[in-house]
Amino acid sequence: MSIDAATVRHIARLARLAVSDDELAPIAGELNGVLGLADQLAAAQIDGVAPMAHPHEEMLAFRTDAVTEPDRADAFLALAPDARGGLYLVPKVLE
Amino acid sequence: MSTASRIPPPESQLSGWQPVIGLEIHAQLSTQSKLFSGASTAYGAEPNTHTGLVDIALPGTLPVPNRAALDKAIRFGLAIGARIAPHSVFARKNYFYPDLPKGYQISQYELPVVADGTLAVRLDDGRVIEVAIERAHLEEDAGKSLHEEFHGATGIDLNRAGTPLLEIVSKPVLYSAAEAVAYMRAVHTLVRWLGVCDGNMQEGSFRCDANVSVRPAASDKLGTRTEIKNVNSFRFVEKAIEYEIERQIRALENGEKIVQETRLYDPTRHQTRPMRGKENANDYRYFPDPDLPPLAVTADDIAAVKAAMPELPEARRVRYIDALGLPEIDATQLCADRATADYFEAVLAALPGEAKLAANWTLGEVSAALNDAALTIDASRVPASALAQLLTRVREGVISGKIAKDVFAAMWTGEGSADEVIEKRGLKQISDSGALAAAIDAVLAEYPTQLADFRGGNEKLLQFFVGQVMKRTRGQANPQQLNALLREKLKGE
Repeated sequence: MSIDAATVRHIARLARLAVSDDELAPIAGELNGVLGLADQLAAAQIDGVAPMAHPHEEMLAFRTDAVTEPDRADAFLALAPDARGGLYLVPKVLE
Repeated sequence: MSTASRIPPPESQLSGWQPVIGLEIHAQLSTQSKLFSGASTAYGAEPNTHTGLVDIALPGTLPVPNRAALDKAIRFGLAIGARIAPHSVFARKNYFYPDLPKGYQISQYELPVVADGTLAVRLDDGRVIEVAIERAHLEEDAGKSLHEEFHGATGIDLNRAGTPLLEIVSKPVLYSAAEAVAYMRAVHTLVRWLGVCDGNMQEGSFRCDANVSVRPAASDKLGTRTEIKNVNSFRFVEKAIEYEIERQIRALENGEKIVQETRLYDPTRHQTRPMRGKENANDYRYFPDPDLPPLAVTADDIAAVKAAMPELPEARRVRYIDALGLPEIDATQLCADRATADYFEAVLAALPGEAKLAANWTLGEVSAALNDAALTIDASRVPASALAQLLTRVREGVISGKIAKDVFAAMWTGEGSADEVIEKRGLKQISDSGALAAAIDAVLAEYPTQLADFRGGNEKLLQFFVGQVMKRTRGQANPQQLNALLREKLKGE
């Protein structure tokens, strides 16, 4: 796989990163370098090997279904740049 | 699975086109706490009061999954005869939206916990279709955005963020809007029956996305689909799908291409319109969540869930027909939801051997009264135990079936228990032979001509005398006893 300037623009958009047109080509070059490294893995023989989601053996631990969190809305809302009427406020989202 | 290739019924074709529909149903699992935090899931709280450190995505916090959510997912999987994956994986679905504070939703992608099930769906015309369910996976809900409340700003309420959902994905094997909505109803019945979801559609506990495409009837290659997002009523699902099928057929007949896109249904205009353009097509970059090791489900886990499973609706329906001898239509109606079936069984428990009587009353008087009062059966003003007492009095001959209906109406309006109403209104059947004999004597004395006719051979007059005695006793004569005594007296002994 090779990344071109259009792909960089697309990924930047998905990640909400501002990337100027001048930067597209150099970033594409760097990303292709990273992918080149990953491509070496493609040479490995993996027939019959189950995909590994995690490198360690341990399995997920669970909690029992109980409400343990107190209401800390005021403390949490105080962390936000803007909050009113118990709501976090963000710039208007247009659908 | 063989059912995946169910052949579309010929009547589902529309002027040479075959609609094909698949549904993604989001059922909110009825747990006390969230999927990955100990915050409450209760609906309707003040905004942002049901959130914990994990839900607001403070850096450094880690998710810990809720056992009950997994058990409910397994329970659903077992009920649809699905495979429960011994290993499944939580993945991050990445997108940016202010009501998703982590910047990703924890979901399952390649390895869902439930795969390959089927559900038998009874259509309105009595046909039963087997719908293949591809998968059901656990995921967390997002928060809520309030766009209207503030000028130039959007308010965010994270109470719903992290609430456990089971996303139930059917294969594209539904061939009309009617089939799709019948399937959605069947899933709705099942999740409530199993106690895994409260099914409350107003509160958003049960909602659905519909994937709709059409193809030439002769083709077996799927056409390009569109996805109708977040419809939360059965009627709107049906209307939205109908509209979308028509729109696609019209477009294809005009030589246009269907664009794969997400559309929203607008119920006031009865149409769907595009929600996200193609240039914004989602690219979620799923990858296994490094915060959550793989999820293992052991045979013991499955056995424990199985042991706690309620009898399934279809099994109960068959039992009502085979073991209790109920007509199929009664059995089907009683099993339409678990609360109704449980009510019926509670009545029956107090009246062994009277299944038909208990069914008639549950589906008749009780159901009609509930409809009038817009109540569900668990809120019935005449609970099962109270109805059982009433029907016991009918069986004992204390009151007739006809008078029982009046007593029921009085019980419904709060006049008291069956015994209290019978006592207060003096409705007890006259089973005292002395009192009955006196009433008969009075009637015979009143109608000498008819008596002479009867004794002359006009036996049809028996019903006339029965009627007169009933009138005199205000319907309270025990019918069997009246009949026997009257015949005796008419003979003139």
